[in-house]
Amino acid sequence: MRIFLAIYVFVVIAAVSILGFRGTTSTKPPLEVFPDMDRQARYKPQAENEFFADGRNDRPVPAGTVARGNYFNQKEVFSADFEDKRLGDTVLLEGKNADGSFVKKLPLEVSYELIEQGRQKYDIFCGACHGAAGDGKGVVQPYMVGAVPANYHDDRLRSVEDGYMFDVISNGFNQMLGLKDRLSPEERWAIVLYMRALQKSQNPVAEAGI
Amino acid sequence: MANVFPRWVNTIPIKVIVAIVLIKTAVVLGVTYYATPKYTRVGYAPTQPVAFSHALHAGQLEIDCRYCHTFVDRSEHSNVPGSNVCMSCHSMVRKDDPMLAPVRESYESGEPIPWVRVHKTPDYVYFNHSVHVNRGISCVECHGRVDEMDVVQHEKSFSMAFCLECHRNPEEYIRPVEEVYNLDWERPEGEAAEAEFEGFVHDWKVNPPQSCSGCHR
Repeated sequence: MRIFLAIYVFVVIAAVSILGFRGTTSTKPPLEVFPDMDRQARYKPQAENEFFADGRNDRPVPAGTVARGNYFNQKEVFSADFEDKRLGDTVLLEGKNADGSFVKKLPLEVSYELIEQGRQKYDIFCGACHGAAGDGKGVVQPYMVGAVPANYHDDRLRSVEDGYMFDVISNGFNQMLGLKDRLSPEERWAIVLYMRALQKSQNPVAEAGI
Repeated sequence: MANVFPRWVNTIPIKVIVAIVLIKTAVVLGVTYYATPKYTRVGYAPTQPVAFSHALHAGQLEIDCRYCHTFVDRSEHSNVPGSNVCMSCHSMVRKDDPMLAPVRESYESGEPIPWVRVHKTPDYVYFNHSVHVNRGISCVECHGRVDEMDVVQHEKSFSMAFCLECHRNPEEYIRPVEEVYNLDWERPEGEAAEAEFEGFVHDWKVNPPQSCSGCHR
């Protein structure tokens, strides 16, 4: 019995010292007892896949095709003189008129919901660099080397067309990368609207009769 | 006739019973404590190819979750950002840091960074991120205080009981939609707050499934 108790205590202590306690950090992947049920052979977003040579489940856009609805790569696929009425509205999707000039006014109906959406998306995607007030003093700005985030409150940006702002949000400007892969055209226009509101907030004009 | 068995044999049954009780107790306690995701999954913190710190980006700099995990509110899958998202800032910020070399290489070559996935549901579970975050269930309920983690680790168990706990009592976890991405939001207490949360559940028609087919489709 003494021998049994000694072995028993030893085994318990050994097990606890090998297995440790709940919640301790470990770099080893979690144990799965029946991994064939937990990890089935099916396509999962952003997962690995041995079938394709590059091992990626998410396939890149095949050459010569156009992704529907987002206007990412029409320009690369079609020749310049292609009449793209069937593909989409350049005013809404690119902020440009048919002749390539920037659209003067945003092509959506202005509503409180739209400006609220613009505020939300601005705070997520723009505020970190350009600041919550659009003055170019975002939280990341002090760490930047060789780049100055634009301050919206200068005469150049007050007088540019809405389409120009849309184009910069979509395709970037200088060091800034475009955001069209992350924001739908409507969301980008909503941001333009909110930027206009920011500009007005920092440059109020006293109007008689209000 | 002399005794066949010596006297000490009398104590064998009691010794065997004590041994069985001790072994069974140890096995039951051991299985209860160890054979659960609370032990196997919680604390999993793999080493990532780039030492990205959520504590710096999401905590200190307060960059919104959706700056990188952009499609979490539109998709079942909360996407890991491509290296172009990293380069949106890191083409200007710490642009020559050797720590970020894999990011720059990935951006130039188009080869993805092999991030190691931390949180996985089993493949027989259909979890949709967008339906949760758009109805007032915060990231923090499942992922913990990621904004305080230098290395992301698995904080909650992700067992079925963990899911059901909230699916049975959504009013104890639901929060205003605008606070979903605010991980250090403090839950107000008191009757007025409870009534408000019950109001959210009612007004947003939150009816979390508790049937098998709700998640195991």
